[in-house]
Amino acid sequence: MLNHNKLIVSHAPFWHNGSSISVRSYHTMIAALPAVLIGIFQYGPRALGVVSLSISLAIIWELAINKVTRRTVSIGDGNAALIGLLFAMLLPATSPWWLVATGTFVAVVIGKHIYGGIGGNPFNPVLIGFAILMVAWRDFFDFNEVLVNYDLGFAMVYPLAAAKHLGTAGIESFSTAGLLLGQQTGGIGSNFGLGLILGGMYLIARGFIRWEISLSFLAGVFITALLFHINNSELYAGPFFHLFTGYTLIGAFFLAPEDSSSPVNFIPMLIFGVGAGIMTVLIRNIGSFVDGVPFAILLMNLVNPICDKIRPKALGKVG
Amino acid sequence: MIKQSFIGLAKPQIEYEVLVAGQPEPQLIQPSEKITLFLEKSPVPNDSILFNVGDKVKTGQKLSYSADTDTYVIASVTGTISSISAFAGDYGKSHTAISVDVDNNEELDDQFAELAANPTLDTARNFLSGMPGNPSFKAFSETAESIHTIIICGVDRDLLITTNQYAVKTHIKAIKNGIGILKQITGVDNILMTVPQHLMQDAIAGNAQVRVVDSEYPATLPHLMMQSLLDQVVPAGKRPEEMGVCFLSAEAVASIGRAFDEGRIPVTKTLTLVDKNGDKSLVSTIIGTPISDILNTYGITLHEKDRLIIGGPMTGSAVYSEDYPVQADTDAIIVQDSENLDLVSDYPCINCGDCVRICPANIPINMLVRFLEAGQYEEAADQYDLYSCIDCGLCSYVCVSKMPVFHYIKLAKYELGRMHAAEAMNA
Repeated sequence: MLNHNKLIVSHAPFWHNGSSISVRSYHTMIAALPAVLIGIFQYGPRALGVVSLSISLAIIWELAINKVTRRTVSIGDGNAALIGLLFAMLLPATSPWWLVATGTFVAVVIGKHIYGGIGGNPFNPVLIGFAILMVAWRDFFDFNEVLVNYDLGFAMVYPLAAAKHLGTAGIESFSTAGLLLGQQTGGIGSNFGLGLILGGMYLIARGFIRWEISLSFLAGVFITALLFHINNSELYAGPFFHLFTGYTLIGAFFLAPEDSSSPVNFIPMLIFGVGAGIMTVLIRNIGSFVDGVPFAILLMNLVNPICDKIRPKALGKVG
Repeated sequence: MIKQSFIGLAKPQIEYEVLVAGQPEPQLIQPSEKITLFLEKSPVPNDSILFNVGDKVKTGQKLSYSADTDTYVIASVTGTISSISAFAGDYGKSHTAISVDVDNNEELDDQFAELAANPTLDTARNFLSGMPGNPSFKAFSETAESIHTIIICGVDRDLLITTNQYAVKTHIKAIKNGIGILKQITGVDNILMTVPQHLMQDAIAGNAQVRVVDSEYPATLPHLMMQSLLDQVVPAGKRPEEMGVCFLSAEAVASIGRAFDEGRIPVTKTLTLVDKNGDKSLVSTIIGTPISDILNTYGITLHEKDRLIIGGPMTGSAVYSEDYPVQADTDAIIVQDSENLDLVSDYPCINCGDCVRICPANIPINMLVRFLEAGQYEEAADQYDLYSCIDCGLCSYVCVSKMPVFHYIKLAKYELGRMHAAEAMNA
């Protein structure tokens, strides 16, 4: 057995379908680009600044925690960059640098790495960061106030705030088509409904997100909003308004289907999506927050482990 | 290698290899100098093994380990035993490796020929276990009367392999003969033959009930065929034999037919050789031939960090040496270039659920693998259906994190098996 090559010995299977975490992360970022680009186009350099800062800081935090915990450097998988991008998409363009820094820190370090890193987080890291900021510095997320210096040629009121305070009378100036085309104020990457839908369809087709969660989330929002609207159409906005405003679409396609914090079995995915949808509209219509998407999804993240126990019987399982 | 399609939403279609019609006869490759046979028992120093270094063996001669065990191997060539050593296989399997220097003047052993005229189960058990296709007669002796159905697999268990299809296509007479003998020696009348759609016509001549099996992996695994053909679900952790169903490969049945017909134990194994470019050739060779002889014939050279695989791409096993011999169940030899290897990573599960959706046994792999990583095998078996696994390997194939999921599962089953064996010993 002398003079032999050293062969690589490993366990079956010897084929792989070629999927990888980095492909998943980068393609999710590509899918988010249309919405982000429109946001940057609308709000100008400040929006670009927030997006760039958020992505770079998320990567830096990830690198820092890799170094501190002495693990292999994992910034190459694109997950940190994705967290940074999605986080920036939720923020208003006028967010100060320290808000972005704190938010990405909470998202990457507390939302993801404290729980053991990628795949271990019970909550969506982006939403953890966002929710903590929103509770701590609520004024920075009052879109009417922070975007007061912008005039983009359409009603510069945050549609959900208008609906909450004035009822349907306050939202007459918004048309569904206008909302889809991004004629509304809000987070940098969450206004351009059409772009988000296109991105979502791309992700679904490529199999990067689970369509069951997205569609059931939208269905949950639609049905609950419809019931409220039928009950009192003066006080509560219609279902299409709820679908295309605030964080509904970004939530449906980019936040709710986050891998680690959402279920993988069919029925749990439906429960998860519909539950988050219902909670969203409940918070919007009768809760104290203007938009309910972040909290609704976080709440369902909490239910996910129990929910995912509903699963088909394994082959040959007795009893 | 089959990669994921751009539209990842669609379930991946991994089709079995189809035997190309009108293919030339496989080239017979003779061992150049020596062969190695594996006896399924490790040599114990004080045992008096019934054969020694320097002994002459004849083709077809039975080499028994000792008088008290029924472990044996059939010499596939004529020659002189040059070494006897211990060989450790996967998952704690231990063998005695017997090397035989090949002598060009072939002599046939006649011990089996005398018994062949009168086929009995004992004769089959005592001489035919190591034939091409690796027929096992254990099921018939362990569970005496309880085997009621024999399923002959004209389909191949893994991708890229066409050994059994080739047997159905070209040796259907021998298979027919083998089926007749099986009926006679086992007393089992219910014999099914499973084939892919395109061999339906060829299989009818085999004189068994013919069933078509789906062409998509992993439809030909025994547990799934039990479900699709017999409508029976094998309880988790049990083997089909315990349900009274015995699986034999078409090649094995053809070997049985030929052995009794010719009075000579077949020793040529048909297998698929897949080179570094993925080009396939059907090869036939003597059992025990070192793989290097086959690679040399086809001009394939191995370099540092290449991978040499025995068996199919999903369930085979990688070996560390070119000297590894072709065995009775070696259906394929795959050579992968070091540049095209898909290696595993140490990333954790990201819970994407791809494995859960592709698993034919509905196992919650996303949860299972977390327990297996932590070494909590008993919890994994109790709560997350470890024993429902039918060893298809699809979970590792689709894993986004490139985790060695299948490896974890096999290791867990092996470790639990060891633990239970130790408990039984101490009880």
